[in-house]
Amino acid sequence: MITYSFKSPSEAVAAPPTLYPHDPSLEHYRALAGNGGIDVLDNVRNSVVVSLGTTLATLVLSILAGYGFARLRFPGSNVLFFATLVTFMVPFQALVTPLYLLLDEFGLLNSLLGLTLVYTTFQLPFGLFLMRNSFAAVPRSLEEAARIDGCGHLQTLVRVMLPVAVPGVIATGLLAYFTAWNEFFAALIFVNEQERFTLPVTLSVIAAGALGSRNWGVLQAGVTVTIIPCVIIYVLLEKYYVGGLLSTLKK
Amino acid sequence: MTPPTGLGRGAAPRRTPARAGVRLAGAALTAPALAMIAVFFYVPLVTMLWMTLHDWPLLGERRFVGLRNYRDALDDVAFRNAVLFTFEYTLISTPVLLVLALALALLVRRSGHAARFFQGLYFMPVVIGLAAGSFLWLFLFQSDIGPVSHLADRLGLTSRNTDWFADKTSALLVVIAMVTWKVVGLQMLLLLAGLQAIPAEVEEAARVDGANKWQTLRHITLPLLRPTLALVLVFSVAGSLLAFDQFFIMTSGGPTNSTITAVYEIYRTSFIQFKLGLGATFSALLMIVLVLVSALQLYLLRSSEPGSEP
Repeated sequence: MITYSFKSPSEAVAAPPTLYPHDPSLEHYRALAGNGGIDVLDNVRNSVVVSLGTTLATLVLSILAGYGFARLRFPGSNVLFFATLVTFMVPFQALVTPLYLLLDEFGLLNSLLGLTLVYTTFQLPFGLFLMRNSFAAVPRSLEEAARIDGCGHLQTLVRVMLPVAVPGVIATGLLAYFTAWNEFFAALIFVNEQERFTLPVTLSVIAAGALGSRNWGVLQAGVTVTIIPCVIIYVLLEKYYVGGLLSTLKK
Repeated sequence: MTPPTGLGRGAAPRRTPARAGVRLAGAALTAPALAMIAVFFYVPLVTMLWMTLHDWPLLGERRFVGLRNYRDALDDVAFRNAVLFTFEYTLISTPVLLVLALALALLVRRSGHAARFFQGLYFMPVVIGLAAGSFLWLFLFQSDIGPVSHLADRLGLTSRNTDWFADKTSALLVVIAMVTWKVVGLQMLLLLAGLQAIPAEVEEAARVDGANKWQTLRHITLPLLRPTLALVLVFSVAGSLLAFDQFFIMTSGGPTNSTITAVYEIYRTSFIQFKLGLGATFSALLMIVLVLVSALQLYLLRSSEPGSEP
């Protein structure tokens, strides 16, 4: 795929295919960056905004609520925790039609904010679950020591609990990031303007032949741009991600 | 009211103000997440059920039609075909995935650098999006220019320029291969977590008693792994029932609408034909199936569990 993206346009569609680019060329990337009527840089930015937004929102909300559900029981907390877990059973694909109307009502169709809110909501159950388990595994004595030193709930959470729960935090964050970066169905339906598309939807525009006939070289360049950030992040943080998921799932 | 379990036993001071503070803090910290879920999950859920009772075009008059949408949905040939195809896809892909994931999990189960390396390697495709993966494989299997098609030709497996996507069976096989490549690492990881939770002594004891590897797996490991297997199975079936990206991108539903899935049909009905009421009814039916499948699988796997577990 990567080698294909560097081939010259004629070589990329050669039959039989060549093993490596005999005539390396950046033409496909130039086409991606605006020469062919699509400015993919906009879409890269959209994907980054939505993914980082989803990650940040998911982390903040799951950390707060995960701690709340793990340690600060309040009347009805069990029922409410169950109500969040129900969302596991009904994924957003089954709710896409009413979600469309809801976003329309809020004026959030064609908006990156709307997409971020939907992604965050459907990341929350798993994030909550992961964070609740991570916090539940922290020895209570640590918390009590902090309480005696005069920390409030938030201070205890930030200073004492969070540092111990780092693997869970990283796993939750990465999961949210990867999901938002890669999501296709909601992005396809909730956003209709090319300049607001995220990368996966942009790929489908390229594949549909927005640049004249279907251009495989440009598509491969687009796929490369979509995949590489995930692979790099994964390789760098693999230890924490796989390890964090494993240790949380084992409980 | 009795105090909620888990809080008591001297963990918190017995003074009432502190207890009230804990409750208030708990409610405050969980409120933002719960509000999000209420607005973007429960409101749409109720809206959907409301919509199923209406003739609901994108623009124009909404009309209450009672249960007519449900009758229309069950009579709808396109929807019925989509549901049948979705079940077909699920029935084929689920066992393939499960067996392969279990084999991989058993292979990478040992500790050590090599095992860690392969865990990481098999998991890698999981972080690549289903859409991006679909585009990648769509290209690999193109006739003329796709490297895999070319390789298959060279090896004499296919005749020249086979169009993998012109035939329903081969298109389905390519999609299942892609999804397996993409998802098997995640299932492997889940099963690995289950395997690592089994105490080593149990399996060692079986081996000491003269059980061979296969017998140990069959009679000791798999029964103990049952809860994890149930979980993986539920995830897998639910994922397959929701399939959309891979067929939208790789087959476009073709040839001749033979690979339209349930979600694909919801998309077409709601967002191409703009029959939102009927689309919502399809969604409601899909949701009911998903909830039933999850409940049934969990129930079956729980109830067949041997009761004598320590």
